[in-house]
Amino acid sequence: MTDARITWISGPVLRARTSCKMHVSEAVLVGDSRLLGEVIRVDGDSIVAQIYEDTTGLRLGDGIEATSQPLSIRLRPGLLGNIFDGLLRPLADMPGDTVLPGMREAPPQTFAFEPSREAGQRVAAGAAFGTISLGHVREQCLAPPDTGGVIDSIVAAGEYADDATLCVLRDDEGREHTVTAGQRWPVRRPRPAQRRLPHGEPLVTGQRIIDTLFPVARGSRAMLPGGFGTGKTILQENLAKWCDADIIVYVGCGERGNEMAEVLNEFPGRKDPRSGRPLLERTVIIANTSNMPVAAREASIYTGVTLAEYFRDQGLHVALMADSTTRWAEALREISGRLGELPGEQGFPAYLSSRLAEFYERAANVETLAGTRGSVTIIGAVSPPAGDFSEPVTSQSKRFVRCFWALDRDRAQARFFPAIHPLNSYSEDVEALASWWQAQGNPDWAAQRRRLLTLLGERARLERMARIVGKDALPPRQQLTLFCADFVNEALLRQSAFSPIDRFCSPARQTSLMQAFLHFIERAEQALDEGVELERITALPVYRHLQRAAEDIPEDKIDRFHMLLSRVDDEFDRLTPAESHAR
Amino acid sequence: MRAELTIRGIAQRVEGPLLFLERAVNVGLNDAVTVTGGDGVERLGRVATLDEDSMIVEVLESTAGLGVHDTVISVLGEPICFDVGTNMLGRVFDSVGRPLDGQSPIPAARRMRIDGMTINPARRALPRDFIETGVTAIDLMNSLVRGQKLPLFSGGGLPHDRLATAIAQRARLRGDSGEEFAVVFVGIGVSHYIAERFRSAMEISGALGHTTMFLNLADESSTQRLLTPRFALTAAEYLAFVEGRHVLVIMTDMTNYCEALREVSASHGEIPGRKGFPGYMYSDLATLFERAGCLHGNPGTLTQLPILTLPGDDIGHPIPDLTGYITEGQIVLDRNLDRRDIYPPINVLPSLSRLMDYGTGEGFTDADHPQLASQLFAAYANAKRVRVLASVMGQEGLSEIDNSYLAFGDRFEQELVNQDAPRTLEESMELGWATLAELPDAELTRLSDEQIQAYVWRHRRRA
Repeated sequence: MTDARITWISGPVLRARTSCKMHVSEAVLVGDSRLLGEVIRVDGDSIVAQIYEDTTGLRLGDGIEATSQPLSIRLRPGLLGNIFDGLLRPLADMPGDTVLPGMREAPPQTFAFEPSREAGQRVAAGAAFGTISLGHVREQCLAPPDTGGVIDSIVAAGEYADDATLCVLRDDEGREHTVTAGQRWPVRRPRPAQRRLPHGEPLVTGQRIIDTLFPVARGSRAMLPGGFGTGKTILQENLAKWCDADIIVYVGCGERGNEMAEVLNEFPGRKDPRSGRPLLERTVIIANTSNMPVAAREASIYTGVTLAEYFRDQGLHVALMADSTTRWAEALREISGRLGELPGEQGFPAYLSSRLAEFYERAANVETLAGTRGSVTIIGAVSPPAGDFSEPVTSQSKRFVRCFWALDRDRAQARFFPAIHPLNSYSEDVEALASWWQAQGNPDWAAQRRRLLTLLGERARLERMARIVGKDALPPRQQLTLFCADFVNEALLRQSAFSPIDRFCSPARQTSLMQAFLHFIERAEQALDEGVELERITALPVYRHLQRAAEDIPEDKIDRFHMLLSRVDDEFDRLTPAESHAR
Repeated sequence: MRAELTIRGIAQRVEGPLLFLERAVNVGLNDAVTVTGGDGVERLGRVATLDEDSMIVEVLESTAGLGVHDTVISVLGEPICFDVGTNMLGRVFDSVGRPLDGQSPIPAARRMRIDGMTINPARRALPRDFIETGVTAIDLMNSLVRGQKLPLFSGGGLPHDRLATAIAQRARLRGDSGEEFAVVFVGIGVSHYIAERFRSAMEISGALGHTTMFLNLADESSTQRLLTPRFALTAAEYLAFVEGRHVLVIMTDMTNYCEALREVSASHGEIPGRKGFPGYMYSDLATLFERAGCLHGNPGTLTQLPILTLPGDDIGHPIPDLTGYITEGQIVLDRNLDRRDIYPPINVLPSLSRLMDYGTGEGFTDADHPQLASQLFAAYANAKRVRVLASVMGQEGLSEIDNSYLAFGDRFEQELVNQDAPRTLEESMELGWATLAELPDAELTRLSDEQIQAYVWRHRRRA
């Protein structure tokens, strides 16, 4: 069926003459290989469309097929553990080593369905009516968010394909709706929920500098700006591996192909610390590598967040990793340029900030239509040109996020990872999470956190001063501050992503570590006040034990921190001002 | 398949590299055409825009000498392709894959699109095989692995060519397999002198037999310059993924490529981005760099070592900036080290190899390698910081520990980075432990007690 014919084409943008009514944002299929595109402008009987794929070989007069619906993806069981392109086409079953253009639906998959409702019962829009099992993975089977009613008929438990009718609903007007396990949803429209809930618990990431200093709440949003080589990707991957979300949606947007290979290589072998199942089973990967078509890059972010909402609606906590939102914004810019739109700051379209807002606002902690609780937490990486945080994507994103984890080039160059700079970063979720830490047995968390930040802030000031007058000219108390701050940096905030012991740090271990350090600092200040020389404090053997504590004390030996604490006390008790004269 | 169709008298206008034609035939977007002017010279071009009654062809070679009346167009009916085949090693080609060495064209075994096809990320195998280059600052500190793309960020007058040549001659896997790399050398806008020097260096080391060269010289047209790496990478992909070899592609100088991209973009009347470079430069560079990699079930690998000279030694310039976001790290050459006669003048701190963690450590190189490198990085970064302090208030104002960092920093540059002969990884690691012996144990926070006792102490006793 042909609804329009190409009259002009250049790069990924084409113009066509149409005989039927087409709408802005409607998806179209172009040419013999059915390249996916989207209508972006309608003018009389002609349309302008952008194509999401390589347009090489398209000719004038080639046919365009209208789909009568906006760009949508098919949400269905069996997505977990798989890798898709920016338009949710499965990459794993593609023949050959290269990505082929053109739309192909995934072959229908069969799965075990078990109904949880029976005929005559009412199913609200978006509510669950059964469960689906595929291997070890169990998923809720939901009615579409816009369809509810009384069950006319529902199938018995058994094996079904994802396009098979599972139940028939009759709505209040008496219309019949067939419901299948798979459902289409337009990617640019947020999926509805009953209501938004306030943030109350953190997304535990196992990274000390995040959980302890700049925590992010479930349903909140964080950004991760950093120049190249500052460790954005490693940190994103680490968060994906260790954070306590139920589902990870990992969007590789305009990034390297090998990074996808890293995730695919590592996740099947790694176990989820909570469920004991391979990490890949809770992960969906959306890959639009930097050499894949630009227009699909723009869509991949929306595909990712729509997927995340789909799992949220099943009552799950989802973390969406978007690496990197700058490539997405650049895709916007490139398409906008080809359309001849008036450029805004640095050539980005003027609507950049509203698009960013729409995206980040889809992060939420909600009560779902099915009445359960679910959340989508968005963690977006930003790659500012030349590491300059004043550029438009960084500064605009900053308006819409609650956590700002600024990656620092100097730290990265000293291989200090995660290279989050403690003075340039912030989290607005701190207040909401203090009670959670209290419930974890650390009522002083907020005060301890403040103490560490003050110490690090003080260090920056003293370092500047030391550069002028020399370190030795500073009073001992200030020298001690410098010493302790370096110590906190190196031993608490640095955390190797490749250390088998330290790559994940539970809240309990984080608390123990922080308490041990603060205790040392407190005792050191006290000793200094009593007249003990600084050199003797810094030469204490326990200092090295503390420095290696994060590497040396694993999760299952947390009680060893008590020994460490008493060792700190022992060594300080033995330090007396009088003893110093004896030396 | 190659239905060639020749038409004359349809040219309407020539504007820079663009040729405006009447649309007399039905062609596809990006199809290749050859444009022959009144001078009889054949030029390669591609269809850039199609309209109902006209079309625009981007001429990929110089348009000097083209007219409206006497221009003949041949339509090939397919995108630009390169005929690749066996016996490509040892040959020299020009910008667009025509033999330059006076020998007959290669027998075509396969016709491949020069734009390549996007490798399916799900089919990529993670690069993990450590390559020993013999350069300590690379092997020990920023290890290169097979299938990686690792550029050299350099500046005018720095010995990047010498380093790249040394790596091309020396690079091998550890252990007994010792397979040699097939080398594809791509000169992009280089002078004859550089091309000849590389050729003779490879000849002297006897490596010319497994080297293919593609030369785009400085005086050739900029549109053609954009094609050279594409032809070369197509050949490299054939050697790697069809013939199953390990291929090392050296591309010099990517700055010339980006300059050409800017020139061509401007002549198309596109909206310029940062410093006049087109907004799609990131995507364009990615289509070259992403052609490196390893595939599941394929014995061949494609490793890239692009060289780019930083304009004004500025690492924040759009060319190195966008490159750094695509490639898997970078090796940065430093003018200060060069001035102090340290060769190779690699500044290890801004240098980085992203895949290092996957190709080093237990089971790959040495169990202690990652911690040793991490400790050296931390110590050298601190040494640099102390140097700044010392330059302000003199060495006397420094504490004992700070002084030991100064000694460490000097030794690190003079003995570890500086080298006149290739070293094995073992030799490099030994040097690493030895330099760390300059520092007190308490400073070695990234090493375990066992590592300090086993390696560092040995050197301290000797000292």
